[in-house]
Amino acid sequence: MKNDIFSINLQKHNYLNMQEEIFQDKINAEKKIEPKDWMPDGYRSHLIRQISQHAHSEIIGMQPEGNWITRAPSLRAKMILLAKVQDEAGHGLYLYSACETLGVTRDELNKQLHEGKAKYSSIFNYPTLSWADMGAIGWLVDGAAIVNQVSLQKTSYGPYSRGMIKICKEESFHQRQGYEIMAHMANGTKEQKEMAQDALNRFWWPSIMMFGPQDSDSPRTGNAMKWKIKRKTNDELRQNFIDKTVAQAELIGLKIPDPDLKWNEERGSYDFGEIDWEEFWNVVNGNGPCNEQRLEHHKKAHTEGEWVREAAKAYAKKQTHNE
Amino acid sequence: MNKAATIWEVFIQSKNGLPHKHVGNVHAEDKEMALQNARDLYTRRNEGSCIWVVKSEHIVSSVPEDEESFFDPANDKVYRHPTFYDLPDGAKHI
Amino acid sequence: MQDLEKYILRIADSSLILSHRLSEWCSKGPSLEEDIALSNISLDLLGQANSLLEYCGKINGTKTADDLAFKRGEREFFNFQICEQENGHFGDTIARQFLFDSFTLLFFKKLSESKDEILSAIALKSIKEINYHLRHSSNWVLRLGDGTATSKEKIQNSFNKIWKYTGEFFEMDQLDLKMLDLKIGVNNNQLKKEWDIIVNDTLKKAKLNRPEDGFMMTGSKNGIHTELLGKILSEMQYIPRAYPDAKW
Repeated sequence: MKNDIFSINLQKHNYLNMQEEIFQDKINAEKKIEPKDWMPDGYRSHLIRQISQHAHSEIIGMQPEGNWITRAPSLRAKMILLAKVQDEAGHGLYLYSACETLGVTRDELNKQLHEGKAKYSSIFNYPTLSWADMGAIGWLVDGAAIVNQVSLQKTSYGPYSRGMIKICKEESFHQRQGYEIMAHMANGTKEQKEMAQDALNRFWWPSIMMFGPQDSDSPRTGNAMKWKIKRKTNDELRQNFIDKTVAQAELIGLKIPDPDLKWNEERGSYDFGEIDWEEFWNVVNGNGPCNEQRLEHHKKAHTEGEWVREAAKAYAKKQTHNE
Repeated sequence: MNKAATIWEVFIQSKNGLPHKHVGNVHAEDKEMALQNARDLYTRRNEGSCIWVVKSEHIVSSVPEDEESFFDPANDKVYRHPTFYDLPDGAKHI
Repeated sequence: MQDLEKYILRIADSSLILSHRLSEWCSKGPSLEEDIALSNISLDLLGQANSLLEYCGKINGTKTADDLAFKRGEREFFNFQICEQENGHFGDTIARQFLFDSFTLLFFKKLSESKDEILSAIALKSIKEINYHLRHSSNWVLRLGDGTATSKEKIQNSFNKIWKYTGEFFEMDQLDLKMLDLKIGVNNNQLKKEWDIIVNDTLKKAKLNRPEDGFMMTGSKNGIHTELLGKILSEMQYIPRAYPDAKW
C-alpha cells in the first residue's frame, strides 16, 4: 500500500518535471504562454504579483495628476492632462484584464490593494505641488515607465505582452507632453523656470528608484529572467533611462540633481550617485508622504460606487428576466 | 447577491471590410453598458467602425490538450496548398 | 461686448463649466469603466467650449479662448446654473447630465440650422457627441431608477433637487430674440415641448416621478450665479491669474 502511494507520488513528480521541462523549452524558444497552457505555480503567482502591481500603479497614478486637472493653466493643457489620466485608467484596465486571465478577479485584486497586500509604484506616494510636476511626471515617471514597458512587450505571457504593446503605443504621447511642459517652463519666466527645476529636483531620485532595488538585492529577478517575464534587469533598465534623460535635461537647460553624474567613456554610459535606499524602502513600506491618502481615496471611490454597481446588476437581472 | 462584475470580451472591426479582432475585455452588467464601455475603452483613438461584445462565459475554447488532435492532422494534407501542384512551365494566371 | 459674442459665450460657458465639474470625477468613478466614460464626456464638452471660445475670440479680436476662459470673473460668466451645481453622488451627476443632454441635443439641432456658418458647423459636430452623451446618461437613469430600492430613492431625490435649475434652459431674453430674428439663434422656448417628451418618456421607463415645474432659478443670462461658480473659477483660473505674464 505504502509503496503504491510512493510510486503514484513519484509518477506525479515525474509528470510535473516533464511539464516544467516542456514549459521551459517553450520559453526558451520564445514561444508565448497562453492562459490555458500549463504553467508552474511560481510563474503564475509571479505574473499575478507583477501585473497587478503594474495595474494598481496605473490606477493610483491617476491621483497625483488628477490633483491638477481642475487647475490646468490653459484649455489645451486641460484637455491633454484629462486625456492622459483617462489613458491611465484605460491602461489599468488592460492590465487587470490580463491579470484576470490568470484566474484572479478584479475584485480580489482590489481587495489585495486595499488590504495593503498588493503594492503599487512608490513614485505615486509623492505629492504634486506645482504645475511643473505635471511636466516632471510625464517626462520622468512616464519616461521611466516606458523604458520598462518597452522591454515588457516581449514578456513571455501572451495577454501581458499584448497589453504592453497596446500600452506602449498609447503612451508615446505621455512622455512628450510632459517634456513639452518642462521645456516651456524652463524657457518661460523666472518663476516658471524655478518651478521646473524644483519639480526635477523632487522627482529625479524617486524616478530612478522606480526600477526597483539593485540587481544584487532583488531576490526574485532570477526566476523572472529565466521565465522571460522580465527581459532586462532593474539595473540595466535604470541605466538605460538615465542615459536617455541626461541630454534631454541639458537641452532645456535644467540640471539633474546628482553631483556624481558623469559620462563614463569606457562604459559608454553615465555613472551616477548612490541611491537613498532607506528612503526607497520607507516609502515602499507605507511611510511616503501620500501613501495613506492615495489608498483612502481609492477605497472611498470604491465604497461610494457600491450602490451604483449594485443597481446596475439588479437592473440587468430584471432585463434578462423580461427577455 | 453575487457581487462580481460580468465580464465581456470585446472585438473591434477597425474598418469596414476587415474582420473583427479580439482586443480585450470590459466589465459591464448589461449589453448596452458593455457596448459603451468597450467603445470608451478601446476606441479612444479612432480605432473602430464596429464593436462586438460577447459575455466571456459564452466563449467556447479548445484547450491545449486538444492541440495535437485538433491541429496536427492538418499537417500532412499538403494537397490543400497551391504550392503542392506540379504545373507545366509557362502556365500563367493559374 | 457684441451681441453675438455674448450669445456664444452663453453656450460656451455651459459646456466649459459642466466639463469642469465632470473632470472632478476623474479617479473617483463607481468603476474604472465609468471613470473613463465621464472623462470622455468631459473632454467632448471641453472641445465644444474651446471651439466656441475661439470663435468668440475671433469676433472680439483682442482675446484668445484662454483669455476668455481664465480671465473673466463670475459676473461675466453666462453658463446655466445647472452646470455649476455640485457633482454630489453619481445619481446627482447623472440626473444633471441627463437633463442637460436632452436640452443641448435639441438646442444644437436647431443651432445647426443657424445662418452663422461657424456656429452651425460647431453645432453639427457637437450633435454627434451629445447623442452619445444622452445615450449614456439616459441609460444610467434607467439603471438607477429601475435598479435597487436604494438607487431608486437616490436618483429620485437627485431629480427633485436639480429640477429648479431646468427653467433656465427655455428662457428667452432680448438678446435671444434678436439672435432669433437674425436667424442666428434658437428659440429655446419652443424646445420645451420636445424636451418634455424625452424627459417624461425616460423617467417613465425608469419608473421615476417627474418633479413638478414649480419655482425655477434664474439669472445666468445676466451673469447671476449660485455661490458655487466662484469657487470653480478660483480653482480653474488660479495659475493664469497668479502668473499673469507666463505662458504655459
